[in-house]
Amino acid sequence: MVCESLLREGVDLVFGLPGGAILPLYQTMPEYPQLRHILVRHEQGAAMAADGYYRASGRVGVAFATSGPGATNLITGIACANMDSSAMVCITGQVARASIGKDAFQEGDTTGVTLPVTKHNYLVMKAADIPRVVKEAFHIAKTGRPGPVLIDIPKDVFIEQAEFEYPDEVDLPGYKPTLEGHPTQIKKAAKLINEAKKPVILAGHGVIISRAFDELKDLAEKAEIPVITTLLGLSSFPETHVLSVGMPGMHGVAYASLAIDESDLLISLGARFDDRVTGRISSFAPNAKIIHIDIDPAVIGQNVKTLVPIVGDVRRVLRALNKQVEGASHTEWLDQIEKLRSEHPSLRLPDNTKLTQQFILKQLSDITKGKAIIVTGVGQHQMWAAQLYTFSEPNTMITSGGAGAMGFEVPAAMGAQLARPNEVVWSIAGDGGFQMTMSELATIVENKIPVKFAIMNNNFLGMVRQWQHMFYNDTFYATEYTGNPDFVALAKAFGIMGLRVTDKTQVADAINSANDHDGPVVVDFVVDPEENVYPMIPPGESINELVEAPDQLAAVLEANPDMMPPS
Amino acid sequence: MATNGKATHTLVALVQDKPGVLNRVSSMFRRRGYNIASLAVGHSEIPNLSRMTFVVEGDDATVEQATKQLYKLIDVVRVNKLSDTDSVSREMALIKVKSTVQTRSEIIQMVEIFKANIVDVSPDSMIIEVTGDQEKIDSFHNLLEPFGVKEVMRTGRVAMDRGPSSSHGLDKSSKL
Ligand SMILES: Cc1ncc(C[n+]2csc(CCOP(=O)(O)OP(=O)(O)O)c2C)c(N)n1
Repeated sequence: MVCESLLREGVDLVFGLPGGAILPLYQTMPEYPQLRHILVRHEQGAAMAADGYYRASGRVGVAFATSGPGATNLITGIACANMDSSAMVCITGQVARASIGKDAFQEGDTTGVTLPVTKHNYLVMKAADIPRVVKEAFHIAKTGRPGPVLIDIPKDVFIEQAEFEYPDEVDLPGYKPTLEGHPTQIKKAAKLINEAKKPVILAGHGVIISRAFDELKDLAEKAEIPVITTLLGLSSFPETHVLSVGMPGMHGVAYASLAIDESDLLISLGARFDDRVTGRISSFAPNAKIIHIDIDPAVIGQNVKTLVPIVGDVRRVLRALNKQVEGASHTEWLDQIEKLRSEHPSLRLPDNTKLTQQFILKQLSDITKGKAIIVTGVGQHQMWAAQLYTFSEPNTMITSGGAGAMGFEVPAAMGAQLARPNEVVWSIAGDGGFQMTMSELATIVENKIPVKFAIMNNNFLGMVRQWQHMFYNDTFYATEYTGNPDFVALAKAFGIMGLRVTDKTQVADAINSANDHDGPVVVDFVVDPEENVYPMIPPGESINELVEAPDQLAAVLEANPDMMPPS
Repeated sequence: MATNGKATHTLVALVQDKPGVLNRVSSMFRRRGYNIASLAVGHSEIPNLSRMTFVVEGDDATVEQATKQLYKLIDVVRVNKLSDTDSVSREMALIKVKSTVQTRSEIIQMVEIFKANIVDVSPDSMIIEVTGDQEKIDSFHNLLEPFGVKEVMRTGRVAMDRGPSSSHGLDKSSKL
């Protein structure tokens, strides 16, 4: 029933790991060779791989796990997908119906524990419901604001006999996402855009999810509006474009944050005004009217006050909006931003001989011409990748934004590579995050998935170290890794090509040999641990507290003695 | 409307009668830090749909967010915010109060004034049922306090828009 239903949904790839409660499902899998199953080493890997697969392909990612610990191991991956709007369907086994509620072996309240981190979930109590539930689950997962849906199925329900009848339609009276923007609102938005002197576009993940790349470009070019992209919006607009300004916020480029600060109109497309973007809300975009376009009505007005809210699919709204937007040029405004850019050159490389992550990422960007798919972990390397990689192709940045889940870099890269087998996938990994999920290297080898891993090995939980340095008087506690493995030897142990880079002069060669190798590669970049990510707007602060270089920190801290403790 | 000095708002949601729907709703309120002052659930006039009345504490923006978050739940079909002036609301309470030969007639008088009912009598106490809006029940309770209130059981508020139309715009026969 389950496999049959999955085939109807066009699924051909599943990530999972079996166990007693889901075994009846697994035992039907040999009958469905069209369903490729990737056996992971940890269920978190299955969920994050499914997420990476969705983000790279736009097709719903599917993960299987058994009851109890199998299901709870999925949770970080599910929560991450939920924060970042990734369509995913997880199917978990549950103990037999008669055992539910009896604390049976490996029983877990899977629907209970996943309730707050899923878009919706189901406990299926009879086999006849499976087709309808699977149909609904895929519909809910991929429409509206996408998200993870979990289906929990008791062991005996898998084997219960029932008529297989796949419904053509879903019947969900409580679920009707709004796709088209309201015409009056669109008209108002067009008027504001046509009147604006200093407009900026803030492009978020919604642009990528709705594949509104062309529409975004049309709007930006037609009305000559500079485009700022959030972390998850990176690769929604080519960074090689003259109108591209880059990422704003806590570790964004200063000129992007400053451009928002000076703008008179902020057009937000599928972004939700996360605190990492806004800093202190009361000081955010003080001069701007805000147009907020998003498919999720609940994010509109959640964090910032909006003048023109438009609920709808970004792509469809833009199509309607672009027709009413008049051609314009904003030469003065662009000059002003150019001036900000030259006064605040945020992307300077450190001027020393040490091997820094910035240098590596710039090289990687140049060598791959900004066209590789980049998957990152969470921390300093993530921010530097966001800053220094010049994303020039649509949908090439895959990162855990909302949840900030370390360990994402390994399984998500695996999922992304499976989704786009003909493209080069580079996983930019922290030595910390990599070690959370590196067991999936075995999965990668087994399935010949040619991901290139760049471990930014600073032997520290670098981003936390940076906070200890900046806000806790250099109290470096519990952030140094003194027993890291030899990553090259580790790669070899997995049967993967391993390279070590300790000097600037070796970087280009290593990247080129990794690119030339047709299997997976691990490059251990031994980098300077003391380098910190700048610019930084300290948490909860505004652009006025911007720290652009190490020597400005003291002054900012002195001027804001109550900045502590940050969050 | 205000209780304990905090602004409250009445929301009525039409929800699908599915296992766990109450859990979904209350879990959402808890997780997002909204305060529910009261909650009442019961069947509606449409098969397979229940109606929930929430009394939510907070400012207008909070209530708007709560409404949107309710809508995001797949099992929630409709949410209406009721205004104090254009809706009626009722709560019910059972109050067990001490009664003696001396106080009994005085209590009965009070019951009549408040159009309440005596639903159980024992030698030294009685149970009174009272229905009304929150203020009425509060004041009735206060008036009984001097006699010795032993137990109070109150329901949550139920509320409905005034006027001829139904709040949900669905027709009774719609397939759900
Ligand atoms: C699962 C998880 N645990 C803890 C954190 C908190 N955290 C944020 S960044 C960071 C350091 C990450 O270290 P590493 O992966 O080595 O990357 P780096 O910052 O050194 O580039 C930590 C521990 C997190 N984001 N995710």
